[in-house]
Amino acid sequence: MTPPSPGAAEAPRKLTKKDFESDQDVRWCPGCGDYAILSAVQKTMPDLGLPKENIVFISGIGCSSRFPYYMNTYGFHTIHGRAPAIATGLKVARPDLKVFVVTGDGDGLSIGGNHMLHVLRRNVDVTILLFNNRIYGLTKGQYSPTSEFGKVTKSTPMGSADRPVNPLSFALGCGATFVGRTVDRDVRHMEEMLKRAAAHKGTGFLEILQNCNVYNDLAWNVMYEKETKIHHELRLEHGKPLLFGPADDRKAVIMKGVQPTVVKASAAPESALWIHDEKSVNAAKLLADLFFPDYPVPVGTLLDIEAPVYEHTMLDQEQRAISDRGPGDIAKLLTSGDTWKIE
Amino acid sequence: MSETVATVRGVPKKIKELDRAVIRFAGDSGDGMQLTGEQFTTESAVAGNDISTLPNFPAEIRAPAGTLFGVSSFQLQFGSQRVYTPGDRLDCLVAMNPAALKVHLRDLKPGGLLIVNTAAYDKRNLDKAGYPANPLDDPALGERYRLHKVDMSALTHEAIKDLPLNTKEKDRTKNFFALGLVSWIYTRSLEPTLDWINKKFSKRQDISAANVRVLKAGHAFGETAEIFGEHYTVEAADMPPGLYRAMTGNRALAWGLLAAAQRSTLPVVYGAYPITPASSVLEELAMHKRFRIRTIQAEDEIAAISSVIGAAFGGAIGVTGSSGPGIALKGEAIGLAVTAELPIVIFDIQRGGPSTGLPTKTEQADLMQALYGRNSESPVVVIAPATPGDCFYIAYEAVRLATKYMVPVFVLSDGFLANGSEPWLIPDVNTLPPIDVQFRTEPEGFFPYLRDPATLSRPWVRPGAPGLEHRIGGLEKQDVTGSISYDPENHDHMVRMRAEKVRRVAQEIPPTSINGPATGDLLVVGWGGTYGAITAAVERAQADGKSVAQIHLRHLNPLPPDLGHILREYRKILVPEINSGQLVRVLRAEYLVDAVGYNKVRGLPLPSEEIYESINQLLEST
Ligand code: SF4
Repeated sequence: MTPPSPGAAEAPRKLTKKDFESDQDVRWCPGCGDYAILSAVQKTMPDLGLPKENIVFISGIGCSSRFPYYMNTYGFHTIHGRAPAIATGLKVARPDLKVFVVTGDGDGLSIGGNHMLHVLRRNVDVTILLFNNRIYGLTKGQYSPTSEFGKVTKSTPMGSADRPVNPLSFALGCGATFVGRTVDRDVRHMEEMLKRAAAHKGTGFLEILQNCNVYNDLAWNVMYEKETKIHHELRLEHGKPLLFGPADDRKAVIMKGVQPTVVKASAAPESALWIHDEKSVNAAKLLADLFFPDYPVPVGTLLDIEAPVYEHTMLDQEQRAISDRGPGDIAKLLTSGDTWKIE
Repeated sequence: MSETVATVRGVPKKIKELDRAVIRFAGDSGDGMQLTGEQFTTESAVAGNDISTLPNFPAEIRAPAGTLFGVSSFQLQFGSQRVYTPGDRLDCLVAMNPAALKVHLRDLKPGGLLIVNTAAYDKRNLDKAGYPANPLDDPALGERYRLHKVDMSALTHEAIKDLPLNTKEKDRTKNFFALGLVSWIYTRSLEPTLDWINKKFSKRQDISAANVRVLKAGHAFGETAEIFGEHYTVEAADMPPGLYRAMTGNRALAWGLLAAAQRSTLPVVYGAYPITPASSVLEELAMHKRFRIRTIQAEDEIAAISSVIGAAFGGAIGVTGSSGPGIALKGEAIGLAVTAELPIVIFDIQRGGPSTGLPTKTEQADLMQALYGRNSESPVVVIAPATPGDCFYIAYEAVRLATKYMVPVFVLSDGFLANGSEPWLIPDVNTLPPIDVQFRTEPEGFFPYLRDPATLSRPWVRPGAPGLEHRIGGLEKQDVTGSISYDPENHDHMVRMRAEKVRRVAQEIPPTSINGPATGDLLVVGWGGTYGAITAAVERAQADGKSVAQIHLRHLNPLPPDLGHILREYRKILVPEINSGQLVRVLRAEYLVDAVGYNKVRGLPLPSEEIYESINQLLEST
């Protein structure tokens, strides 16, 4: 294992949000949802209780991927889609670091879809923040892999022929061990979810519904407007039933056969209520598919389970090899096996 | 050639002494020819010969039996003098089936030894090989070659008829009969092979016993059968004293990394996606976790290089390995390492292309890809090993240069070096130059792109160092501060800076060693795996009294500082390459010299004979 950094040993003063703000001018469009996310991330960083020199932000390409430049931590703004692979190599080299991957729907699910699949299935100990704005912002407004079918954009004047991918279902299908969703306009919930995702051992996958006010304004409108939000947001809480809606119009999501179904809460007997269980992969997969307009939109933690962490397994093997047979010695290796002497 | 008479079991058989011999074992993919060749190589190494080998196998994993494309072969040359190549023409061909005969007979010298397993020459196999009639029945074959028809299958079964193995298992041991027989012909000791069988089959005593018996039966057959009137000895070569081992190129690359890991005390992260002929580097490294080698079998070629860039950012030695098609996929990420100025090493084990091309065959056609195969101005260091054993030093050197200059380093090996082996003088690892990595930990005055005045390298900082938090990335940055910059003058400056940094590596290159006169009629310039073939050709021309010299470039970018001067000392320059003329183009462009190429792109090593002829042709032309 790599020795702990000198900074880790000191008793650090409690860091503040300011400590995590870099000196770079933030260059997102005014009104972009990324600002709120940046602020929430900077605000939650001190709560991780880690020296900031042990934190690394890695990104690919896209609006969201400018993120590392604005964090006063170590950061690496890499190439399109490859951040999960770069983070994997970094964690294998340096399991002692806290690594965040910041990506978007295009970066993470289109050009980088393959790497996203593999970082999740390996369960590398990184926290992935996927800003989903359902559009390509940096390239000025083409449809993305999460854009709805028929989306009219600059590259799809008659509507897109692609069916969208659901990031949460994708992550669960890849074997993710932590899957959550939050919304850029709900700062408190976002901070809470950032902490939870970051605390997870293994890959923490957090989808953040983010507004691109320039190219896809109000894509998540139902989750933004007070009047609609209350009707469509399903807050997940471990051990609590799936209930949503205003007090005078409470609804429940229950299972009818193999079909999740929305019913009046008052009509559902207590025994029929679906009690949220973060440890159930199967339940999480059903939840991930619930979406507007037929269903409420789940936010919160869908799944939080434990599984072997990729780099830990690798390092354990290394330690075992060393403790079984001692550290490698090249001079010994070179003369091992079949050799012969020439006088 | 001296002749003595040895008395073997009372039967006197002549022993002829040879300087060198070229043997090829050829058969079906399932006939175990690679193993036979490797074991014969070990026997010859133990006999003290210098050796060069050429394994050649089909790309198909289980090619249909008996077909021409399913033929697998292993060639080696061994000698009592320096052996530079696996040899062009064969002194002895073992053809285990008709397809092997059809594919390989043309390479056998007239009068050469031809040993065939008659049992495989049945109607079915003859049909598959496209022989209308059995070629063994043609008297011309026996007139042209010293043909030995041996029913190896029957003799094998006879030797182990009482052992409790099924027919298929018994049949599978017949390659040991061939090995035993050829070992007798060339008076090799069976001991190394017996040892190997014991170790390899320690858990299958029945198979071990069968292999031993069949091996000895083959040997005894040579001794007693009337048909072999004489056999041969090749004396030990006069090689520098020391401890030797057989070394293949890919293992040497892997072990070079182990040495670098140990000397630098840094972990190595090797990220790779399986690809022929590079996969064995990954497999070899995965066995050596004790050296803090961490192997990532990545999801694709891009993830492979990306992971090692991440590792380098974290302060480890990042290395990726692939072949041409995989390197093509890595191009964008290599550019990131260029601009982020992170130390990574890229092994390119070249193979025949374009596209999937000839996966198991060799080529040298990725030089331009290594030099220029990326968008924009993205210079990298490019070095190439000359022999299988040299791969050890090249891998080590690649790590040393990458970490010293904070730059990506390309290593251009090839399929021939990767699988070929040579007796390798085991070095004293303490004589390797140090790899002295200093991570920056001092926050005072720190900037991510501060430059070392001698190397122009920027500081390497391990995340975790307090007070040095910084951001790097693929966007153009201002020199020194590392802040994003779109300033036109800064970009021009950075383009030149990255190029100059690579150019400075020239100060690491030792004076070019010239094999031959320092000035003369012809200079042969080579690089990579053609070293042996060129050396043999040049030395032959020199023995003819020709004014010919040779240099072999291990550094292709930057080129050796003394190269321009050397090139001008000869009237003519010949550049043999297994491509359509890549280095020759570089030399013409860089030095305005009238260099001429000799190029053959067959997926095979260049025959020394052809290089020799092209030397003579060029000398004769005006
Ligand atoms: S284009 Fe959209 S996502 Fe990008 S910065 Fe502007 S508002 Fe934000």
